[in-house]
Amino acid sequence: MTVVTSPPAPGFRRRVAALLHRRPRLRLALLLSAPLAWLLIAYLGALAAMLLTAFWSTDTFTGNIVKQFTLQNFKDVFGDPVYRTIALRSLGVAALVTVVDAVLAYPMAFFMAKVARPRSRPFLVIAILTPLWAAYLVKAYAWRVMLADGGLVNWALKPFGLSGPGYGLPATVVVLAYLWLPYMILPLYAGLERMPDSLLDASGDLGGRTGRTFRSVVLPMTFPSLVAGSIFTFSLSLGDYITVKIVGGKSQLIGNVVYDNIGAANNLPFAAAVATLPVMVMLIYIAAVRRTGALEEL
Amino acid sequence: MWSKRLALTLTAVTLTAACGGGSATTSSPGGFTPPKLSALKALGAGEGQVNLVAWAGYAEDGTNDKTVDWVHPFEKATGCKVNTKIAGTSDEMVTLMKTGQYDAVSASGDATLRLIAGGTVAPVNTALVPNYADIFPGLKLQPWNSVNGVAYGIPHGRGANLLMWRTDKVTTAPDSWGAVFDANSPYKGKVTAYDSPIYIADAALYLMSAQPALGIKNPYALDRKQFDASVALLKTQNKNIGEYWSDYTKEVQSFKSGNSVIGTTWQVIANLAQGEKAPVQVVLPKEGATGWSDTWMVAAKAQHPTCAYKWLDWIVSPKVNAQVAEWFGEAPANAKACQETADKNFCTTFHATDETYFSKVRYWTTPIAQCLDGRKDVKCVDYSEWTKAWTAIKG
Repeated sequence: MTVVTSPPAPGFRRRVAALLHRRPRLRLALLLSAPLAWLLIAYLGALAAMLLTAFWSTDTFTGNIVKQFTLQNFKDVFGDPVYRTIALRSLGVAALVTVVDAVLAYPMAFFMAKVARPRSRPFLVIAILTPLWAAYLVKAYAWRVMLADGGLVNWALKPFGLSGPGYGLPATVVVLAYLWLPYMILPLYAGLERMPDSLLDASGDLGGRTGRTFRSVVLPMTFPSLVAGSIFTFSLSLGDYITVKIVGGKSQLIGNVVYDNIGAANNLPFAAAVATLPVMVMLIYIAAVRRTGALEEL
Repeated sequence: MWSKRLALTLTAVTLTAACGGGSATTSSPGGFTPPKLSALKALGAGEGQVNLVAWAGYAEDGTNDKTVDWVHPFEKATGCKVNTKIAGTSDEMVTLMKTGQYDAVSASGDATLRLIAGGTVAPVNTALVPNYADIFPGLKLQPWNSVNGVAYGIPHGRGANLLMWRTDKVTTAPDSWGAVFDANSPYKGKVTAYDSPIYIADAALYLMSAQPALGIKNPYALDRKQFDASVALLKTQNKNIGEYWSDYTKEVQSFKSGNSVIGTTWQVIANLAQGEKAPVQVVLPKEGATGWSDTWMVAAKAQHPTCAYKWLDWIVSPKVNAQVAEWFGEAPANAKACQETADKNFCTTFHATDETYFSKVRYWTTPIAQCLDGRKDVKCVDYSEWTKAWTAIKG
């Protein structure tokens, strides 16, 4: 037998340890204070600063910000029909991208989760993730070249007497749908994988065909995953301004207005006022999603 | 010319007064009262580094192209390490210079007067810049780089926004901006335009001759009626636009593929497109054109003035000025640079010595509420309004 003699503990450390042991709430507070400070100061603080800036204005000559309360920026954003048109156009593009991605992602995610052999699943996931490793700009410019007048898309469609969409909103939707597809597939894949196979068998035994099984079993079961994916594709599309600059022809979205006001006009307050639009849209969207109960099931 | 200079002068007065710029002592007949600042008397020992604010492509250190490097040779020759901050717009340049952390800036005409009036930059002692002697006389002591005959900077280079078209698609060579503003253009969906509010000036320039009744004297000084007419013209043009460009590689590719067949351009873009075998031609239309003329200026509170002056002299030295001009695609400021260019026809292509060519060019200027053409009875539309209108034009 050996006698374990613990070294004389440093009194302070032991006292602190004992204190933390006795008071779990203090322990929790200390653990969470750093990440919470980050969330409050860097994350929400930035949002608050943006909101505040939106009520200021810019001196047109010096370019300095005039810190005086004014509602003019919001009057301009909500009063001028052009911003309404742009906001609705951005919403339409974001919604369309989400729908296209959902339609494309369901069969792919279903194949990955239910049809493919379990051993090959990790490789399929990697295959889905690989495009994310390539730079965003490279992919967007590649699409620009493919969609050009003499480009790959037109060349491939020519034998059928068709031509590609050219540069414009349809091209923007196609490219954004391509860019954000992995963000839709991955949540759907996770949702489908959690769904027991026996449910599909049961539906089949009860005479449900593919369409009925999808509507009555798969869709309700994976709805939270669909919502999670749609939040990604919708919000990413809503804030995008680079793709539309590259393949969007002359169209502009909310992001372009924000960018032009910061980059060209040095009018930060107005840009901030415009930037509150997508924030509001996303809040409304998430509130609507919450009512469906999808957020609780995530 | 005199009336234009006077107008700028008067504007600057109001502006200086408006921002309460320092104690004014150098009063003049025109009334321009820049803050009293004196130029550097003599060069000292190099401070070891220099902080620059520059346009992309003006201070290349070989990172974009190994053969394009005039920063490292400068560092080797002078012992001044160069720290470059690239600015994307004139507004950004003004903001950066106001921080007082930078020694020199390559300012365009829409930033220079704001910097001078605000006391951000000091006059330049041209005697300390030996290469100043070889600068084209047409660029020296101009309204955008001097006040009352006092130089505030060293001219760097200039260029014009041109009209480019594809010779296989546009059969009759255009000689007027009307080709891009025609409502019934046969090239619907294939017209391109520069994506910046400053492009409104291009429409105004065209209206100067197309609708003389509007009485536009300066495309950067538009009253409400003139401005609305220009905006209306651009809204009509929008129906024919295929895409707007702001990035030059995008335009090269557009013209090469045929997505764009006619529109505004820079000389460098035309050269690149021709280099890629795109059948394009450019012209300076009969109405004239908008353009730019850049100036290197020294900060009033420069912490490294000697190195800044050495940089000014370096960037306009014949060989380096030729390199910058060829890389960026503009006419050099130094007359001797024309013998140093790799392409021996470079100065001819870019009209470096052609003063009649540049007399048709309206250099970019920031539109402000006080009309730049000297009118006192009306208020002009300022740049923030231009930006908002530009968003509305694109729809």
